[in-house]
Order: sequence, then structure tokens, then C-alpha cells
Amino acid sequence: MDTAKRYRGGMILIEALLILGGLVFLVPFYFLIVNSLKSFGEILTDSAGWPNVFQWGNYAEAWKKTSFPKAFGNSLLVTVASNLLLVLMCSMAAYRMARKPTRYNRFLYAAFVAAMVIPFQAIMIPLVKVSSLLGIMNSIWGLVICYLGFGAPLTVFMLHGFVKSVPLDIEEAGRVDGCTAYGTFFRIILPLMQPIAVTVIILNTLWIWNDYLMPSLILQKPELFTIPIETFAFFGQYTKQWNLALPALVLGITPVVIFFLAMQKYIIEGIAQGSVKG
Amino acid sequence: MTRRKTSQQIQQLVFVGPSTIFFVLIVAVPFFLGLYYAFTDWNGISRQVDGVGLRNFAHIFTKDPAFLNSFWFTAKFTVLGVLLTNVVGFLLAYFLTKRLYTRNVMRTVFFMPHVIGGLLLGFIWQFIFVRGFASIGGATGWSFFNLPWLGTEATSFWAIVIVFVWQNAGYLMVIYISAINNVPKSLIEAAKVDGAGRGQVLRSVIIPLVMPAVTVCLFLALSWSFKLFDLNLSLTKGGPFKSTESVALNIYNEAFNISRFGMGSAKAIIFFVIVALISILQVRATKSREVEM
Repeated sequence: MDTAKRYRGGMILIEALLILGGLVFLVPFYFLIVNSLKSFGEILTDSAGWPNVFQWGNYAEAWKKTSFPKAFGNSLLVTVASNLLLVLMCSMAAYRMARKPTRYNRFLYAAFVAAMVIPFQAIMIPLVKVSSLLGIMNSIWGLVICYLGFGAPLTVFMLHGFVKSVPLDIEEAGRVDGCTAYGTFFRIILPLMQPIAVTVIILNTLWIWNDYLMPSLILQKPELFTIPIETFAFFGQYTKQWNLALPALVLGITPVVIFFLAMQKYIIEGIAQGSVKG
Repeated sequence: MTRRKTSQQIQQLVFVGPSTIFFVLIVAVPFFLGLYYAFTDWNGISRQVDGVGLRNFAHIFTKDPAFLNSFWFTAKFTVLGVLLTNVVGFLLAYFLTKRLYTRNVMRTVFFMPHVIGGLLLGFIWQFIFVRGFASIGGATGWSFFNLPWLGTEATSFWAIVIVFVWQNAGYLMVIYISAINNVPKSLIEAAKVDGAGRGQVLRSVIIPLVMPAVTVCLFLALSWSFKLFDLNLSLTKGGPFKSTESVALNIYNEAFNISRFGMGSAKAIIFFVIVALISILQVRATKSREVEM
């Protein structure tokens, strides 16, 4: 009885401390949102309090000056296109490599695994040169191509591990029923891959959506800017003009926060899964 | 027989071809091209590319204190970043696997910073350090908040560490939570029956059994902190006086601000070798300490 009581008391303490910690974690968001609705003068005189008058105009101006719909559209296009193509292309490659371990395929797989340790900064300088030779500079699709190349190693690696765990019997049953190699892949293997594909898509989405460096090197025309580069350019122009910079930041983080809150079950499962595989 | 062979070849091409092409164009070619540029004085624009042998590397190690400083900064940052994100992540996971009312909400809260990219987070925290901390300091009178956070070398270093931990601890927490949940309840019960206290259960049962997750988390935190770039760029830009310039940022500035692509490539090669070495050593070292179930 006594120990049970102590145990409960301990739990309440832990819970209270965690909630306190959680509030501390959220303080930056409080400052960000509250101040994004203040006038410039008010931010300087009182940045902790609630706004006297809500300055919704800040948002209208930031929305216009960052051409938010355009940046959002670019980010969305790049993220969705890269994700779909990466998963399709890499699941095909992973399937073939896992099922037909010829000398060539084993070499290629080893190269993919080895390339996972290459940091982007180690190849970014020559990549600029290669991209301009390929004529993919200043193009959204060019950026997608870069993500396909740089994302392929990890994506293939994760999918490859999954294919190996799929029993061969399932495929052979399909073969006997007259499936071609393509039919086997698209009708049998690809549907089975769904859980790992979700994990891969989530990891790649968090990476591609938030990536700054790659698009900043490939895209120089403002009309092609994604959210991170647009924000960077905007912030450079309006440094210390917090009444414009803060609403721009709120706009910038809103899509990904909504995505997270809507998908958090999958995201959290996906990360736990992905780490086991990695 | 030959028809079968061509059909196999076509399949190989269809299935593996696309990833191979993109991988070669975007990763392999630039990687080897970088190896070549590292031994030249290329400036990124001119058609004239002259070989300079090992001169770039000699210059980096003898006449480039900024690069060595950035290495020192990155090393210090990595040690603290890896340690603190893992300790905080593990502690959060340990307590959030207990039966608490707000368990799920708290997990969401602690994870949330991670979904926002480093670049935007850096800008948000620039405001927090410059204005937010000042106003907390004004209200409470605590000198901690009145420090010129982004103004001095020591405090800007800690500023980056704080934001880094805030951003990434939640991610590691998720991995640790799933690992702790996978520890069989029966083992914990058995240990308790044998008279183990809570600390002992943690030390002798939970921690050894989550070692695979520790490997993963150390590895992740190591690679994040060693490749620190976005957050660095937006929070301090390497300042004050280049004291918080990470290696990645130094390489970037070398190539794209002062247009020494050859020199930048040489630095990039050094960076790559170290990242690769650490990754290999780290995986080796922790793999051997995992407990087989």
C-alpha cells in the first residue's frame, strides 16, 4: 500500500516535470507567433507580452513579399515529384538487386551503400559544374533529378533490406500463375512494400522539404525558389525588420507543421521503423 | 535461349537502369571530379584549370587557420551535440514510456521541432536570442538571459548547441521509445522479483537491451552534428569573427563566396575522409557491444 502510494506520487512528479519541460520546448513558438502579430515598435518595447492590437497586416505583407503561394507550390512540386519517382525507381532497383545478385548488381549495391557516407558538402562543388553541363541548372525538374541521384543510395538500401525479407514462395506462386517479371513486381512485390515505402517517403519528405543547400545551388531565379531559399533571401533583405521576418517564418513552418500533426502517427512509426532498418 | 537472355538484359535495364544513371550523374561523377579538382586551382568559372599537385592540401594545413578553427569548432560541437541529444533523448524516452496521462501529447511536443528545417529554426532562434531572451531577462532579472547570446564567441557556441539539442533530441527520443518498448516486460518483471531497484533495472536490463538503438542514435547524432550547416548559416553565419564556423560552412564559403573551387574541393575531400572514417569506426565500436536477444 505504502509503496503504491509512493509510486503514484513519483509519477505525478515526473508528469509535472515533463509538462514543464514541454512548455519550455514550446516557448520559442510562443515568442514567434505572438511577435509576428505586433507592430515593429511593440516588438522592441515588449516582446514577451500579448499583442496590444493584432497586426494581421504583417501577414498580408509577408505573404505578398515572399510570394508565398509560389514558393509553396515550388516546394510542393519538388517534394512530391522527387518522392514518387524515388520510391518507384529505387524499389525497382532494390528488387532486382536483391533477387538477381549478379556480380554487376552486387558491385552496384556496394557502391550505393558506400555512397551513403558521402556528405552532400563533399560533392556540392563539382555538382554545380556537372549540373550546368547537363543543362539542369535553374529548373525545378533539374532539382528533382538531383534529389533522385542523391537520395537513391539510402532509399535503395532501406528497400533492399525489405525485399530480402519477402519470401520467394510468394513470387513463385505468381510466376506459376503466369505473371511476367514486371507483373510480379508491380502486382505482388510493390503492394507488399507499402509499409516500408511510407517510412522512406516520410524520411525523404522531411529531408527534401526542408533542404536549403541543394536548391540554393541549383535554383537562382527567384520565381523558382522553394520555401527555404525564399525565406533565406527574404531574411537577408529584411534583417531586423522582425514585423515582416517573423510572419514570413510562421508561414514558412506552417505547411510542415500541419503535415506533421496530420501524419504524426505514421511519421513516428516510420522513424522508429527506419532506424531499426538503418 | 538468346531470347531469354535479351529479356533478362532488358529487365536489368528497366529495373536498375534509372537509379544507376541518376546515381552516377549526381553522386559518382561529381565525387570523382571533386577528387580531380582538389589538385587544381580552378576558380569555378575559368576554362583554364591548372594542376597544382598537393599545394592545396599543404596550404590548408599550414596557412589556413580559419579551416583548422572550423575543424576544432566542429569537433567540440560534435562531442557536445552527440552527448546532449542522446542523453536528453534517452531521458525523455525513459520517462515517456511510463504510464503517464499526457504521454502522447508530450511525445508530439518534444518531436515537433525536428520537422522544421534547420534554416528556418536558426532564424526563429535568432529572434529568441536577440529579443526573447532579453525580455525574459528583463522580467526575471536572471543574468543567464541577459547575456549577449549571439555576440560573444563562447555564448554563440552554446547557442548553437542549445538549438541543436532542442531540434534533434525528440527524434532520438522516438527511436529510444520504440527500443524501450521492445524490451520484454517479462525480463523487467523477473529482475524486479529478484530484487532489482529501478536504477538497477535501467542499468542492467534496459540499457544493455537498447544498445542497438544507441548505435543508431549515436550514429545519427554524429552525422548530423558533423555536417552542421543550415542551422549554422542562419543562426550565426559562423560569427562572431568566424568563431562558430562549421567545416561544412567553411567549405561552402571557400567555394561560393571567394570562388576557390579547387581549394574548396580539397577541403571537401578531407571532410569526406573524416566523415567516412568516423562512420565506420562508430558502427564497428557499438556493434560489438550489442546484446543478442
